[in-house]
Amino acid sequence: MLSALLAMSVIAIALGAVLGFAAIRFRVEGNPLVDKIDAVLPQTQCGQCGYPGCRPYATAIAEGLADINQCPPGGEEGIHKLADLLGMEFKPFGGETVTKPKAVAFIDESTCIGCTLCIQACPVDAIAGAAKQLHTVIASECTGCELCIPPCPVDCISMVAIIDTTTSWKWKYPVYALTPAPIDTP
Amino acid sequence: MRTLYQFHGGIHPPTDKTQSNQKPIAQSALPAKLVIPLHQHVGNSAKAVVETGERALKGQIIGRPEGHLSSAVHAPTSGTVAAIDLQPVAHPSGIPDLCITLIPDGLDEWALRDACEDWRALSHTDLRHRLRNAGVVGLGGAVFPSDMKLYAHKHKITTLVLNGAECEPYITCDDLLMRERAAEILQGAEIMRALLYADEVLIGIEDNKPEAINAMKAAVAAGGHARMEVIAVPTIYPGGGAKQLIRVLTGIEVAAGVRSTDLGVQCFNVGTAYSAWRAIRHGEPLISRIVTVTGNVDHPQNFETLIGTPVAELVAQAGALPGTTGYIMGGPMMGVLLPSDQAGVIKSTNCIIAASDKLFPPPKPVLPCIRCTRCADVCPAELQPQELYWFARAKNLTKAEDYHLFDCIECGACSYVCPSNIPLVQYYRFAKSEIWAQQAGKKAADAARERHEFRESRMEREKREKAEKLAAKEKAALAAAKEKAAVAHSPLPNPDKTTSHSTKLPNDGSQVAGYLPKGEGTNESLRELQVDDTIQLKIQAAIDHAKAQAAAIKPKNTGQLTPQQQAEIAEIEARRARIREIAKDATEEQPSK
Repeated sequence: MLSALLAMSVIAIALGAVLGFAAIRFRVEGNPLVDKIDAVLPQTQCGQCGYPGCRPYATAIAEGLADINQCPPGGEEGIHKLADLLGMEFKPFGGETVTKPKAVAFIDESTCIGCTLCIQACPVDAIAGAAKQLHTVIASECTGCELCIPPCPVDCISMVAIIDTTTSWKWKYPVYALTPAPIDTP
Repeated sequence: MRTLYQFHGGIHPPTDKTQSNQKPIAQSALPAKLVIPLHQHVGNSAKAVVETGERALKGQIIGRPEGHLSSAVHAPTSGTVAAIDLQPVAHPSGIPDLCITLIPDGLDEWALRDACEDWRALSHTDLRHRLRNAGVVGLGGAVFPSDMKLYAHKHKITTLVLNGAECEPYITCDDLLMRERAAEILQGAEIMRALLYADEVLIGIEDNKPEAINAMKAAVAAGGHARMEVIAVPTIYPGGGAKQLIRVLTGIEVAAGVRSTDLGVQCFNVGTAYSAWRAIRHGEPLISRIVTVTGNVDHPQNFETLIGTPVAELVAQAGALPGTTGYIMGGPMMGVLLPSDQAGVIKSTNCIIAASDKLFPPPKPVLPCIRCTRCADVCPAELQPQELYWFARAKNLTKAEDYHLFDCIECGACSYVCPSNIPLVQYYRFAKSEIWAQQAGKKAADAARERHEFRESRMEREKREKAEKLAAKEKAALAAAKEKAAVAHSPLPNPDKTTSHSTKLPNDGSQVAGYLPKGEGTNESLRELQVDDTIQLKIQAAIDHAKAQAAAIKPKNTGQLTPQQQAEIAEIEARRARIREIAKDATEEQPSK
């Protein structure tokens, strides 16, 4: 009886020590799921999901605080990807959410007063300029988050839709009319 | 007799070449206007270096190459730049692109040509530079800047393959070029061989072009070209694909993700070799090319056509016939339908087919795939086209990539044999461009994430630095206050002096410290003590002088004062005296505190 108890407790202590050591030795910093979700998000950092950036939203999804259908820039495709990743059902956007075509901010340089407010608002440092100097958007870096529009005191920022060029153009999914096959009459 | 190899699959469509290869190459007439796109090659668009209204000479650079992978664009004839704007271009999308519109003046006046009698005297860097500035790109269809392909590779290039196979139906431009200008093609091949340090040159020509084969063989013999061989290859589509021709000629199979140069083989089109020769020897940039005009036209023929010639004007010279439904650029297998007949001929335009319902009947209705695998039997890239079709159709792009979608050369053999008339290549093109777009999107998202994270960390750092600065400032202020207090509290040995000056001198620690005895003061006071006494004397003298001057000043406007005013003045004076008394007491009391 005593020896059995002793043996069991020795095994328990030994295994506990192993587990404890493994927990310290192989500790994973942060939540790996957050990284996976973050990789799927479009990184516009626009905050339309209600969180201040893509990573906070990814963290909220991982913790089960946010839904997967709160990212308009990701589009329905983004929801599909999140649903696949998290093993959830696809969930369409809520009533008011509209996905817009991709666009970049454009500063009307004749109106800009050089207040730097938009520079402070830009989450990806895509606006170049300094105090009392003309500002301009680095179009290739702009994510189209529209965060620079509200702070502008002279309303000189507008969104310009990105138009297809011959290099960015994509072949369309083949669509053809369904015509009844000719019936061979004997 | 050389042993030839075979590649997998292939088809034998009607060649339809005899219509256009019966007549010699004709010179295309000068059109009313030339529409020259700035982006005709793989890589960066050329940058326009002329202005609207400017006169450009024939062969003058009007678009300068931008960046590493780019090529120059030239004025095909002399004339005036009418516009630099978006124009319809020969691209399946129908999206207009930046073009230079040139109105020819009919003089055909050449700009200065940098001809070279002996190209062997030039350095290889110079030769590549000349090719780049002459806008020489691959004329087989890929339009890859040729200078970039002519670097001596880290793997030794042993074989230069010259592609004269021209496997696609209808097209005969390379056939006629080889028949008429064989010697110059071979000269160009010599330049390429020298740049690549290649040993042998193999010229592959399909055996349905006996005249071209004979002409090239004669030119090799006449030119005394060593280790250069003209080889007739079996006519099978797509035997003119670079990988397929390399396989047939050398037996080397270029695997997925491997370049032929890694295996010691480089491949060029015969037209490219010809343009390279014209560019180096005569200083003539690539401003024209041979274009086959065939299909629904009266007299199909090859035309030496200036780049930028509107397709409609070119076709008119071959006698356009009614019933044309559209223009195909390239062959019927891989060509694209042009969105506009006003688009200009570009460097990759090898053939223009006027399509009609008679030549190309409307596609038969598409039926479900029956998994007959005929497509797999003919696929020259040894893919499983039926599987790729399923994945592309289901938009299962990762799976399509796993099945080596990017090895597909879009030759169209699978669609040709499909009994269900499925436009397979369209599915592959869709899947490819979708994957490219996704990759571009992912790259942009990664860049945005990196920038955002950098910004976050920068803002955090700035905040921290600010806080640290503030803390340091506060600490310094505290230390200064402590020191001050310490100085003020130290005993003053000469009360007389202090008393006599305290009201006039600022209550400055250093001033007081000057009177401190040695050994009792702080570091600062010690330093003060080391200063020569004369400074103290000078200060004292200045103070005395100021005092004397102050005493010398007589109060003004005191002559006719009312008794009331005099009483007020007396009162103020009394108050001042009282304050002085109090202040004096305070300074005397301080040390004792």
